[in-house]
Amino acid sequence: MNTILIVAEHHAGQLNPATARCVSCARKIGGEITVAVLADAPAAIAAQAATLDGVGRVVAVADTAHTQALAAMYAPQIAVLARGFTHVLAPSTTFGKDLLPRVAALLGVAQVSDLMQVEGPRRFVRPIYAGNALVTVEVPQEQTVVATVRTASWPEAAAGAQAAPVETRSVDAALPKHTRFVTLQSAKSERPDLQSAGRVVSGGRALGSSENFRIIYQLADKLGAAVGASRAAVDAGYVPSDMQVGQTGKIIAPALYVAVGISGAIQHLTGIKDAGTIVAINKDAEAPIFEVADYGLVGDLFKLVPELTQALG
Amino acid sequence: MKILVGYKRVVDYNVRIQVKPDGSGVVSDGVKLSPNPFDEIALEEALRLREKGVASEVVVVGIGPTDLQAHLRNGLAMGANRAIHVATSDAVQPLTAARVLLKLVQKEQPGLVILGKQAIDDDCNQTGQMLAALWDRPQATFASKVEIGEDKARVTREVDAGLETLEVDLPAVITTDLRLNEPRFIKLPDIMKAKSKPIEILELASLGVEPGDHLKTLHYAPPPGRSKGVMVKDVAELVAALKSKGLV
Ligand SMILES: Cc1cc2nc3c(=O)[nH]c(=O)nc-3n(C[C@H](O)[C@H](O)[C@H](O)COP(=O)(O)OP(=O)(O)OC[C@H]3O[C@@H](n4cnc5c(N)ncnc54)[C@H](O)[C@@H]3O)c2cc1C
Ligand SMILES: Cc1cc2nc3c(=O)[nH]c(=O)nc-3n(C[C@H](O)[C@H](O)[C@H](O)COP(=O)(O)OP(=O)(O)OC[C@H]3O[C@@H](n4cnc5c(N)ncnc54)[C@H](O)[C@@H]3O)c2cc1C
Repeated sequence: MNTILIVAEHHAGQLNPATARCVSCARKIGGEITVAVLADAPAAIAAQAATLDGVGRVVAVADTAHTQALAAMYAPQIAVLARGFTHVLAPSTTFGKDLLPRVAALLGVAQVSDLMQVEGPRRFVRPIYAGNALVTVEVPQEQTVVATVRTASWPEAAAGAQAAPVETRSVDAALPKHTRFVTLQSAKSERPDLQSAGRVVSGGRALGSSENFRIIYQLADKLGAAVGASRAAVDAGYVPSDMQVGQTGKIIAPALYVAVGISGAIQHLTGIKDAGTIVAINKDAEAPIFEVADYGLVGDLFKLVPELTQALG
Repeated sequence: MKILVGYKRVVDYNVRIQVKPDGSGVVSDGVKLSPNPFDEIALEEALRLREKGVASEVVVVGIGPTDLQAHLRNGLAMGANRAIHVATSDAVQPLTAARVLLKLVQKEQPGLVILGKQAIDDDCNQTGQMLAALWDRPQATFASKVEIGEDKARVTREVDAGLETLEVDLPAVITTDLRLNEPRFIKLPDIMKAKSKPIEILELASLGVEPGDHLKTLHYAPPPGRSKGVMVKDVAELVAALKSKGLV
């Protein structure tokens, strides 16, 4: 029988939807699912996790050391909590990517990154080479399976009426003093979150400036969409780094993705492979983005984007 | 202070990788190899710290087959003082790479280890965090800004929510993100100079690193392709198409 521990990701007292995606992956693996919530005040977050379909139990660990989610603090505690579990999962977000390899090393086991398909309880498919190849890997029988879950590959588990029991625990693990949180600089935005949004509009180098990005925001607001960007647009300083979509940015799976003035480099395409419908607006009819776009529109974005925003009424 | 830099050789980012028809791997014959872009950023950061007088020596480390030395010469030409080649003909997974790096850390006693956040071939994004765990030292991953002070570093990290700043005691492990710096180009005279810089060769087997704990690779497959869609002639046609699919 598999026993699966999912490390909850949360922010400002809210469970991150990436956790519900891990639950879907865990259900595919099959077995008893426990969610671990480490926080200074875990109760409300634990209650949210308890309602997710498939979750059998929630373990809440309250500790002021967890006011910020620092891998150096979380890892020794997760390593203790992991005892008795066959699997430990976390989302492949910057939170999970930072944390889980540290846990795996403490447990002395390998880690599977970006789990996208389950072929068996220890057999998984993951992308390599910017998603240009998929590899099937198997975790040796005697090892705990430690894996980050590629969130774009999994739907969010629904929240049901039935709540799983929440158990409050303290964990006996030495916490280091060598790592201290200083600040988090976060652009406050009323727009949907890029990683979970159903619609995303992204702009590329062609926008030319942060002022010009205004037309992207206007289209996004009309669509109720989140806003993303190519690396080139981030490097040029038009938008903050947390908006980068791609191999080394965010991997997303919206129902609708609109790429504006983005050429379609493989590193960018990796981030949108799982989008439902891709729309591309580009003045170059030969741009590689049109190879993957469901709908392509050739022309000047500075004319077409405002026109599209207008047409959406 | 000495800085140890991970310097991995990978398939160049411009290569569109092909899976072998029998699924046994990817086509690597004759494919262009380059330093992992994140490792070039790591090396650049180390060199800048040396130029500022914060670091005294920069050592690049490569773990891989015997023909890795030409690659390590690139790191020396970029400016590293010396290189360590840990030679092995086996595939090296992140936990093994971290165990190897730990042995080198114990031997070299660096004040800082800078690795890439991920190698663009396997995209694992694990090695730095694993090394930090085994070494029982801080990690500051996905760094976009590094400031070194007395016995500590202040590192700004690119996280999903924005930019997070941590303060960590040294020694520590830092992994680089894209916007930390822009690596310098190698100039011809530097290539000449690099020829006389030392490369130490250590057999992986001689380091006493436990082998095993490996994921077994069963097979490789190409990703499912997206079929090419249609070109629409104007905004009106686009909106009509999206409406018919219930997307707007
Ligand atoms: C290690 C590594 C990691 C990377 N990771 C990522 C990643 O995670 N995400 C990512 O996006 N990239 C990543 N890249 C960069 C990637 O290779 C490309 O350089 C980048 O995606 C290009 O951005 P772009 O499409 O905005 O710019 P460009 O390639 O310059 O494309 C601009 C496009 O805009 C079009 N255009 C120009 N003017 C107009 C106009 N007026 N109207 C309409 N169209 C116009 C042009 O025809 C062109 O197609 C990475 C690269 C490396 C080496
Ligand atoms: C499922 C799987 C199958 C594999 N199959 C093969 C195979 O068939 N053939 C094969 O040759 N290899 C294979 N490998 C090994 C692979 O080539 C990598 O060396 C290994 O996985 C390390 O992953 P990474 O570089 O993506 O780690 P990351 O954690 O992404 O690397 C981060 C950083 O660690 C440092 N680093 C990591 N490795 C090295 C190194 N070797 N030298 C110097 N610095 C380093 C670098 O600074 C790098 O930027 C396989 C790995 C996996 C996971």
